[in-house]
Amino acid sequence: MLILDCPYCGVRCDETELTPGGEAHLTRHGPGSDDADFERYLFQRRNPRGVHLERWRHAYGCGKWFHAARHTVTMQVFGTYPAQTTEPPADIVERIRASDPDWTFGDDT
Amino acid sequence: MPHRLSRPGRRIDPARALHFTFDGAPHRGFAGDTLASALLGAGRILMGRSFKYHRPRGPVTAGQDEPNALVGLGQGGRFEPNQRATATPLFEGLTAISQNRWPSLEHDVGSVNARLSRFLPAGFYYKTFLWPASFWKKVYEPVIRASAGLGRPPEGPDADRYEHLHTHCDLAIVGGGIAGLAAALEAGRAGRRVLLMEQDTIWGGRTVTDGAIDGTTIDGLDPAAWVARAVDDLSAMDSVTLRSGLMGAGVYDHGYLTAHERVADDRPGADAPRHRLWKIRAGHIVTATGGLERPLAFAGNDLPGVMLASAVRDYVCDYAVTPGRRVVIVTTNDDAYRTALALLDAGVEVPAVIDARSQVTGALPTRVRDRGVEIVTGSGLRAEGTGRVERVLVCDVTGDGTPTRRIACDAVAMSGGWSPVPHLWSHCGGKLTWNDERGFFAPDPDRPPVGADGTGMVSAIGTAAGHMDAAACLGQADTPVTQPVERLPRPTWIMPERAGPALRSKMFLDYQNDVKVSDIQLAAQEGFVSVEHAKRYTTLGMATDQGKLSNINGLAVLSDAVGRPIPDVGTTTFRPPYVPISMGSIAGEARGEIFQPLRRTPLHDWHEANGATWEPVGHWRRPYCYTRDGEDIRAAVSREIRNVRENVGLLDASTLGKIVVKGPDAGRFMDLLYTNMMSTLAVGRCRYGLMCSENGFLMDDGVVARLSEDTFLCHTTTGGADRIHAHMEEWLQTEWWDLKVHTANVTEQWAQIAVVGPRARDVLDRLGGMDLSRDAMPFMTWSDGTLADLPVRVFRISFSGELSYEVAVPANLGRALWDRLLEAGADMGVMPYGTEALHVLRAEKGFIMIGDETDGTVIPQDLGLHWAISKKKDDFIGKRGQQRSHMTDPDRWKLVGLETLDGGVLPDGAYAALDDRNANGQRKTEGRVTSTYYSPTLKRGIAMGLILNGPDRMGETVTFPGTDGKVHTARIVDPVFYDKQGARQDV
Repeated sequence: MLILDCPYCGVRCDETELTPGGEAHLTRHGPGSDDADFERYLFQRRNPRGVHLERWRHAYGCGKWFHAARHTVTMQVFGTYPAQTTEPPADIVERIRASDPDWTFGDDT
Repeated sequence: MPHRLSRPGRRIDPARALHFTFDGAPHRGFAGDTLASALLGAGRILMGRSFKYHRPRGPVTAGQDEPNALVGLGQGGRFEPNQRATATPLFEGLTAISQNRWPSLEHDVGSVNARLSRFLPAGFYYKTFLWPASFWKKVYEPVIRASAGLGRPPEGPDADRYEHLHTHCDLAIVGGGIAGLAAALEAGRAGRRVLLMEQDTIWGGRTVTDGAIDGTTIDGLDPAAWVARAVDDLSAMDSVTLRSGLMGAGVYDHGYLTAHERVADDRPGADAPRHRLWKIRAGHIVTATGGLERPLAFAGNDLPGVMLASAVRDYVCDYAVTPGRRVVIVTTNDDAYRTALALLDAGVEVPAVIDARSQVTGALPTRVRDRGVEIVTGSGLRAEGTGRVERVLVCDVTGDGTPTRRIACDAVAMSGGWSPVPHLWSHCGGKLTWNDERGFFAPDPDRPPVGADGTGMVSAIGTAAGHMDAAACLGQADTPVTQPVERLPRPTWIMPERAGPALRSKMFLDYQNDVKVSDIQLAAQEGFVSVEHAKRYTTLGMATDQGKLSNINGLAVLSDAVGRPIPDVGTTTFRPPYVPISMGSIAGEARGEIFQPLRRTPLHDWHEANGATWEPVGHWRRPYCYTRDGEDIRAAVSREIRNVRENVGLLDASTLGKIVVKGPDAGRFMDLLYTNMMSTLAVGRCRYGLMCSENGFLMDDGVVARLSEDTFLCHTTTGGADRIHAHMEEWLQTEWWDLKVHTANVTEQWAQIAVVGPRARDVLDRLGGMDLSRDAMPFMTWSDGTLADLPVRVFRISFSGELSYEVAVPANLGRALWDRLLEAGADMGVMPYGTEALHVLRAEKGFIMIGDETDGTVIPQDLGLHWAISKKKDDFIGKRGQQRSHMTDPDRWKLVGLETLDGGVLPDGAYAALDDRNANGQRKTEGRVTSTYYSPTLKRGIAMGLILNGPDRMGETVTFPGTDGKVHTARIVDPVFYDKQGARQDV
């Protein structure tokens, strides 16, 4: 039962207020994309054992989608940030690196 | 023989007798007794039969870790099986029955299993009964179910109520022994909000009973006085909440803790919830959960009369009962000598203490020796007797079990040492370390479960952290403690250590599941070397006690059998709850009418009062049809349909989703959401639209009205409104956040009534206020106006093929509009119709229904809806998905109409079967029925279905084998059965 802070309304959310949305920062591949890109976009989601950037919606609150940087094993939360961005903010990256110095955004390994 | 002692017991009040029954026989106990202590006091040691072999069993413990003394409590709607007699407080009128025996506890036919134990080895479920397969259902399973198992399930609804309680605190402390009390005092004095919980009904844990035996003092007080002072001090603190009878059940992520409170178990029928489930968010959790004593694995250790040493002294000191008159003690440590002292103080004979250690020189053994009790060192034993312990045979603990002497006794107090209770620490990933000296796993403070901030969210203290003396448990250097110092134990996993097969097959590790040392060794021999596999293969540590007693001994035996050290073998996973909790408490208040909220339209009460048969649609209830006097449902549906086709019907369409999409970029967004081109829709007009998922599959449909240049109103299906609104928001917020668009779900702001049938316009004209003529308001337009002086928005759209207007009014005016329409149309035959008539009317016209014609694998192209898929747009959600090779495959199942040759109705969901068979010998299929009805309009069965290349096969017949053995033959036809030109709706 996670607690995540909604970066929009500022409410400290219990997991029951939230709906999960899987991997964050997907690049949409629409009409004209090749099959491999489309397949990766639609089906091949990251599910790391470790640091994960994921989407959540404050569904039973302000209704906004936001992103959370979370460790999937320890459940440590490095921060939450608005969904209207293509990469995690620098202060969150810094906190992630304090726990996992080798972590890089977008690294598939 | 067990009996009541003539001495005071700490927990009982001999002045208050309580009456209860066990297997129908009346008994008497005292206030403060548990069911087990009262039965012991009444002379009964036999309390249950074991799971597999039906061996006679008595209580082994005096608490929640009890594996044997399981009973069914209560009666009727308050019956509950598998309750631990050792942890069930006695109350006046309690009724208990024994389990897993027939015809009676004393004379049990199933005990023949014990003699067959050679044939019921570890994993016997997997080895026997393999063949023939058909015997499983009819022979093996009924026999196994009848002869093995725990209590029978209760029948009928639970007569009690339950509740949830949500709370927050800075610090939640689980366990009200001296460690928990000391931690609460410290935190409370620092002003922190503390919740201190104790599963027992009294405070202080083991130290009170044990300290009274050995003379422990804390801060110059005896432990009982120190505990009383601590509780008083804590009660005076505003920031501290104390709760006894509250069991910390489970630790979850980010400081979430559940706890189970037994509120009214001892007051059946009281005006109170029976149990309360606490849901706690704690800044930090402290586990002060103490320890559990381990049994010893010697032959005959499951005979009634063999108990944990700590349980024996609890019965003597707390309840003034003794399990026997002559009690042998067998131990690996100093602690069990407290039991000897307690028994001696109570006047019970202790013929000898059998100690596995070769040197026994501690303070406690010395006191026992000084009182004339023989201590037999370097030794172990086995127990013998018929139905209960009658004697022990002493042997060299390192030997093969050859008896060196024989001691008559009627009870054995055993102690294999103590293990910390690490459950709550481990639930969320806290790691354990092995203490080789003392033979237990304890929480590793360097590897705690981690909270949101990355630091430890749980701390273990006291015995739960591996501290086995009072000073360390208190953790306060400035508080003086006097207590006898204990020497180290000698971890002893089987007794004697070189026992042969005959003895090993009588050494029980898990009493509840009848798992013996020999079973674990056999499992290891057969390759189940992982502790998790061995557990499942042998059932070690399963069922209600979840290995509280057997875990460490079992894995020590496994470790020896596989030749790997204990820490390498590891423990099985600790899962919540710590002690079983009631299903009722998990459900809480969510049962019956308030299981789920019910959504009601503004016309709900009218429907209810006018014969509606309800159909659940999402969280709504919609009228399926309205039956009149003497009418059945089928007749009502037919009447409603005919009336719509011939006169005029009213449908409560308020449940349909209504979502406003507004903003400068609304047109662009609508073009991305729908497969159609929506940006070109003129203000004042309506268009039927389709929405797909990114996969390309059809997910919702409905009519879109353009309210203004920058505003669209999207109608969705009844069940789809919330989902589609969320879908819109997800794309707007996470992908196209540059678009200037807002959405609002206004479904409940409007009541919407469909007025449908050839006389629809006549009825509306009578309300007055708007020109609804064909010229003023053509098909697929909408208009704001006034009808019967009510502000309305009228959509001229049709889902039935008839002349049809959907009239929306603010929700609070819905009933007024409905009443005006009924009055105005009374002489024109106006009547309401329900969802089934709606379905048949649309099927007669070949209109698809989301959820019938679609199932998440159907694309619009399968349904002949190419006309609604824009070819001009570069992009819409689902466009790329629909370009995949399988979606463009010409050989897809496609929508057609189906007419049975005999005019009958096809079975719903039936598959069209071919004569060819697949590799499994099943007939291949070429399609399926998606909607099927009797059409009162056409007086025959009509259906729609998805058929391989269907639209190219008009006039061909296909066969549908029914589940009833009948084969239905149907002709492929156009899905529009009625008014193919659409003349009726455009008048």
